[in-house]
Amino acid sequence: MNRFAELLDRLAYEPGRNNKLRLITGYFCEVGDPDRGYALAALTGALSFKHAKPALIRDLIAARTDEVMFGLSYDYVGDLSETVALMWPKAAMTAHNNPPPPTLTEVVTTLRTLGKIELPKQLERWLDELDETGRWALLKLVTGTLRIGISARLAKTAAAAVGDKDPHEIELIWPGLSPPYLDLFAWLEGRGEKPVNRDPAPFRPVMLAHAIEDMDFAALDPADYIAEWKWDGIRVQAVAGRDDRGHITARLYSRTGEDITGSFPDLVPSLHLPGAIDGELLILREGRVQSFNVLQQRLNRKVVSPKLIKEFPIHLRAYDLLGDDENDLRELPFAERRERLETFIRKLDDPRIDLSPTVPFASWEALTAARADPASAGAGGDADAVEGVMLKRRDAPYLPGRPKGQWWKWKRDPHIIDAVLMYAQRGHGKRSSYYSDYTFGVWTEGDSGDELVPVGKAYFGFTDEELLQIDRFVRRNTTEKFGPVRHVVHEPDKGLVLEVAFEGLQRSPRHKSGVAMRFPRISRLRWDKPPREADRLETLERMLKAEPAEIEA
Amino acid sequence: MTDEYRSTGPYMTTMRPQDILLPVAAGLCCKPGGFHIDPVRPVERAVITHGHSDHARAGHGAVLATQETLDMMRLRYGENFAGSTQTIRYGEEIRLGDVTVKFHPAGHVLGSAQIAVTCNDTCIVASGDYKDAPDPTCTPFELVPCDVFITEATFGLPVFRHGDAADEVKKLLASVALFPERAHLVGAYSLGKAQRVIALLRQAGYDAPIYLHGAMETITHYYQSRGIELGELRPVKGVKKAALAGTIALAPPSATSDLWTRRFPDPVTAFASGWMRVRARARQRGIELPLVISDHADWDGLTATIAATGAGEIWVTHGQEDALVHWCQSKGLKARPLDLVGYGDEEESETPIQDEAEA
Repeated sequence: MNRFAELLDRLAYEPGRNNKLRLITGYFCEVGDPDRGYALAALTGALSFKHAKPALIRDLIAARTDEVMFGLSYDYVGDLSETVALMWPKAAMTAHNNPPPPTLTEVVTTLRTLGKIELPKQLERWLDELDETGRWALLKLVTGTLRIGISARLAKTAAAAVGDKDPHEIELIWPGLSPPYLDLFAWLEGRGEKPVNRDPAPFRPVMLAHAIEDMDFAALDPADYIAEWKWDGIRVQAVAGRDDRGHITARLYSRTGEDITGSFPDLVPSLHLPGAIDGELLILREGRVQSFNVLQQRLNRKVVSPKLIKEFPIHLRAYDLLGDDENDLRELPFAERRERLETFIRKLDDPRIDLSPTVPFASWEALTAARADPASAGAGGDADAVEGVMLKRRDAPYLPGRPKGQWWKWKRDPHIIDAVLMYAQRGHGKRSSYYSDYTFGVWTEGDSGDELVPVGKAYFGFTDEELLQIDRFVRRNTTEKFGPVRHVVHEPDKGLVLEVAFEGLQRSPRHKSGVAMRFPRISRLRWDKPPREADRLETLERMLKAEPAEIEA
Repeated sequence: MTDEYRSTGPYMTTMRPQDILLPVAAGLCCKPGGFHIDPVRPVERAVITHGHSDHARAGHGAVLATQETLDMMRLRYGENFAGSTQTIRYGEEIRLGDVTVKFHPAGHVLGSAQIAVTCNDTCIVASGDYKDAPDPTCTPFELVPCDVFITEATFGLPVFRHGDAADEVKKLLASVALFPERAHLVGAYSLGKAQRVIALLRQAGYDAPIYLHGAMETITHYYQSRGIELGELRPVKGVKKAALAGTIALAPPSATSDLWTRRFPDPVTAFASGWMRVRARARQRGIELPLVISDHADWDGLTATIAATGAGEIWVTHGQEDALVHWCQSKGLKARPLDLVGYGDEEESETPIQDEAEA
């Protein structure tokens, strides 16, 4: 447990993805079975036991320390698990009498079967045996608050690296595996056969598109491509299959292969034909696709209430068919898969699942026009939910990853405003010596004339060279410092104008300006423009009018 | 004796401890002895515990301190940092006015001392900053039985348990092994902490050259001149970026998050400090590898020392006084916070910088 805690501790501070991978892979190589398997389970969220309540942890520490001392400490540290882990008094046993600290395996297997009554005593014993970091990790684990900022996908990628395998391979067999994954590690270390996925509804690695650039079109023939709308929802894979007894099992996967069926139980009954659909998850109300902001209300929910289901009716819009009953269609050309998809959706005949229409075009000019005005090009009332167009080669098989020249995405042009840099904050990791996080604002009428109001924060979009320039500007034009944040000069005639690109706008009572941007980034530095010529809040408010009001769920 | 130290009744038969040592604006004042301990303003006579800049300041008339402390002040402030100086050794006793002072090792940094002030039958120990943990770069802490013990409280909360510094250095070396193409940049206070980290690395068997930020060179070379083995040290300045891959470099904490770091290949930022025990502290500073290595006693060290001195009265200064005073009282000891200002407001004393204090 102490070694696993050490890994978690290190991961918590490490900002870089590749470095995280190396830390996890290093752990898998160093630590044997079954501990590493339970670690993989903990990192992928595959462990299940009833979590302890914070009140229980408070009771444990109250029995061991003075109330005043705990109060002062908790005040200082600010996190219950951490406070308790740090101040837990050493057990009054002699050193040579101490039992060895528990292994991760011991902790996980014990928690799975332990009754509620026995839990406090058991936790106490473990807390006595572990070190500070071990106690911290234990308390985070048992209270279910282990937030370490790594995805299940990252943990699987780290495991794949043990055997120099492609993470897709693990993704494919993952649903058939269970902790502590002895068969998986045996295969990765070349000691055993590759585990077989017996899941009736397995995930298939997703095919992704490249962003198309203006100069790419010259080399492409419109006749080779089929175009379709790119919907602003969540890309998913909906799979249904028959188990040994002939019953249908249905699962919904995110594009990284995470099983998200639990968040969308209302879609499961609609997946009643064996097959694998690649599509977009949307919210439909009275036949109209709702904005991404609305869909967001249904994301990352642990509990899905009937009210939520009713107010945010889920819908699947199908792009592609990867499997039809027993048949794997992925080797077929896209045009053929598309025909099979149309038949499949017709047979399915379910109001929650429909076909994403193709966009007919004869020339790139025609497609440019359609992309500029989806409403007149077939998207009708759903045009606001169109994020752009997709181009798919007619003869492209369904390939995992992002193969070159097969699929292209051509997003609609982002919204652009000119805003004024107001505050700059130091970045993290590689960027810790740079002021790389920028808060920018636009003009609005204040109590004493025009003033800038912050409307967003961006930390990418600029080149390395531009970062150096902004960093220099920030250092030379700081008016005040608040810890890692610098207040940068922003007056009508003094300051830096940033051209900010963003995908959408949302009303937000949490922001002073009342608006929040989606996916903002710095698209250009406007050294030429005086701050007084930057945009006004009214411009953003006009853009908001098109968006439906936020609904609280 | 000038007005500064004149008191109304220095020859009273019964002296209360506060008649011997009293906190005043300039610091801890000993009227019957005619001196201040670690004064924060220029005074006529100063007795100084150790060389950190919040304790050892320039501009006093006469300074009494250990050879190392005087040398460090000279290195930092120049030859004329005081009107006159007098050296005292550990264990040596000197009479000053109506009191005697005796220096004992404090185990904090090279040359650091606790000062025992005895007047009639009352002995007060002003411990300055101290630690009871092993440190290869200074004389170990000595326990001094006394009537009144003046303790620091930098880490005066039970959440501060510092563990074995050797284990933290192992953590650093494991990271160097895992990321051989990156540089490891260790933030450490330039007087004491840096040399201790280097010595610990050598004890752990690390024998490659260790790189130093320019601001650390003078004091580190002084440590070497006092016979402390630190192995091969090189300045960072002038070394090509690629050549710094796989190396360990030490720098003052403020340098580890600024422009200076750009000369290193993809640096891993570490920080050797007792504050690193608390995660929020490390995160706020953007530290990737916190190393819990402190030059101050941790909670267990503070409480064990207080109990062992046998003192019936405890005065608690700079840091988390509340919890330590509460602990003393719960053990039946007379205890009070001593309102001394001016300590811990310099980098050397490991005080959080402004951005840390905010959260």
